[in-house]
Amino acid sequence: MTITDNRPTAPSGPEQRSSLENRKFDRRSQLLVFAAALGVGALTWLPGGEINWARWVVVTVIVYCLGVYVAARAIEGPRAGVDKVMEALVTSAFALVAAPLVSLVYTVISEGVRRFDSEFFTSTMRGVVGEGGGAYHAIVGTLIVTGLATLMSVPFGLFTAIYLAEYGHGTKLAKSIQSMVDVMTGIPSIVAGLFAYAFFELLFGPGTRSGLAGAVALTVLMTPVVVRSAEEMLKLVPDELREASYALGVPKWKTVVKVVIPTAIAGIITGVVLSIARVIGETAPLLVTVGLAQGTNWNPFDGRMTTLPVFTYYQYVQPGLPPEAGQERAWAAALTLIIIVMVLFTLARILSTALKPKGLR
Amino acid sequence: MTITETPPGSSPAANTPVSEQTSKLGDRIFGGLSLGAGVLILVTLAAVALFLLTEGWAAFTADSSEFSDEQGVFEYVGPLLFGTVWAAILALLLAMPLAVGVALFISHYAPKRLAQTLGYFVDLLAAIPSVVFGLWGIAVLAPILSRSVFPWLEDNLGFIPLFEGPASTSGRTMMTAAVVLAVMILPIITAISREVFLQTPRLHEEASLALGATKWEMIRQAVIPYGRSGVISGAMLGLGRALGETMAVAMILSPADIFSFNIISNQNPNTIAANIALKFPESAGLDVNRLIATGLVLFALTFLVNALARRIANAGFSGAAG
Repeated sequence: MTITDNRPTAPSGPEQRSSLENRKFDRRSQLLVFAAALGVGALTWLPGGEINWARWVVVTVIVYCLGVYVAARAIEGPRAGVDKVMEALVTSAFALVAAPLVSLVYTVISEGVRRFDSEFFTSTMRGVVGEGGGAYHAIVGTLIVTGLATLMSVPFGLFTAIYLAEYGHGTKLAKSIQSMVDVMTGIPSIVAGLFAYAFFELLFGPGTRSGLAGAVALTVLMTPVVVRSAEEMLKLVPDELREASYALGVPKWKTVVKVVIPTAIAGIITGVVLSIARVIGETAPLLVTVGLAQGTNWNPFDGRMTTLPVFTYYQYVQPGLPPEAGQERAWAAALTLIIIVMVLFTLARILSTALKPKGLR
Repeated sequence: MTITETPPGSSPAANTPVSEQTSKLGDRIFGGLSLGAGVLILVTLAAVALFLLTEGWAAFTADSSEFSDEQGVFEYVGPLLFGTVWAAILALLLAMPLAVGVALFISHYAPKRLAQTLGYFVDLLAAIPSVVFGLWGIAVLAPILSRSVFPWLEDNLGFIPLFEGPASTSGRTMMTAAVVLAVMILPIITAISREVFLQTPRLHEEASLALGATKWEMIRQAVIPYGRSGVISGAMLGLGRALGETMAVAMILSPADIFSFNIISNQNPNTIAANIALKFPESAGLDVNRLIATGLVLFALTFLVNALARRIANAGFSGAAG
């Protein structure tokens, strides 16, 4: 690409036909083709007389791909034609993927703000049939269940990572644990929920629902993520630091606690926050293990609880009368979820730079 | 790492006996805790399989007349298994070319600074809860598809069994579900593909360009062969996620107890995961055991797919290095 830059740079549009110069299909002619494609796309409005955005975009992309191929082929040859058409295809693949994302964010925000009010965050669904009501109980439930899952999976995952990176490095057991962590990453969330349900059913009898069971299900999903990220971070700590510590006569466990973990802490915390972001929106396992309640339940050891994702689901599929009220609550809950996930993501970013030891920054 | 093999306690008598004892005790506790956590991973995984098996066993051994709808486990899980695989494959077919395109765009076409931001957004896309995707699918995508795409497909491509119709007017079809699933697994495939594309040795790329290759020829000669195994294992991981995805499918699909390749009608085979989510809250007795048995089937299926993905990734990377 850069090779072609040191050629004579006379304006070389498609109209220039000097056989001695290498003719080049440059940016300007590419823009021309694009403008023409936009025009052809706009022509498709004529029969109906109204603007159809989807058709406009689709026709423009197709015409542009064809046009750019024909033009580049005519000016530079078939290889350049293929090159240009692939560039166009790759770029439009990106645009095509961005479209649903933009649409999703736009819909969630525009539908969600309608009930994004103080009542939504301060009241529960107890005794609410139609309008009003809120997700206070669901937010409490989500915080309790996710908090318990974090309390269980962070030590569990961190110690496993320490074993993999520090104690059992290279042993057969460590290798099999590693591959089993990979397997655990691939467990479908509903299967984790069924596992927690079966576990608690065997302990407490059939039909048990509790926040703790949900936390166990989330722990199964969260731990492998914590292990993977923490292990990577521990491995990045240079061996010189460990060796210097041993040379000073510091025992191994103190080296891990005082030298290795502080060096890797930024990455470890980032990994933990990202894993929370991943499980906080889990619906299926909580649907199976925690169920749904109309009021606030502060006790994770007994009885059903509502969590934000499950609340979103039920408010949409069983909205009550009039259905609009429930659907608006569902969208507001979805907006809350997305905001939580985004805050966690941004937090992870900030922490990962803020907590890095000075030497590694 | 060789240094770490030597237990610190055995170092020359720099330590006084007392501190040596406490450090030994500390090491034993700390090492024991970490070993215990590692072993607990194995125990947990074994427990997942074991508990599903014990709870599901009752359904495997029971007679079909004992269930509320008189269907035995294998009869029950057949259409569900078909639906699961069918939805996941459709989603993968839709997502694959787009994911590779987006990965190439981020790694080789977009300006450097823009590429980083785009990578961040792709990661963020992966964290959007599935229930939100489900809401979007049923409230936004389904009406669009049923208004403009399904009738067109039925009229013009109806001779293909896929688009046989009658076209659904609600949009709650296999195709809508597959599109939403595709959007959900795109970030995984994109993230892994982008990673391996970026690892292509700079010298391979420059050698290709120096021989006069166009940018696309360079990508075809240097980047794609290098990243192929990574892309395939990313696709398998995406397939694993699509197989186990629950809420989006549960909210979108209008299920029926059938085998059907028709992707634009109201009669769709359900998926295992979505079926569990829909039926579990109101099931009781042996029906619950049967649902857990289908969960076991799903677990086995995703286990196989993921194992295959790891194997391809490992084989491919050692091959690329050689």
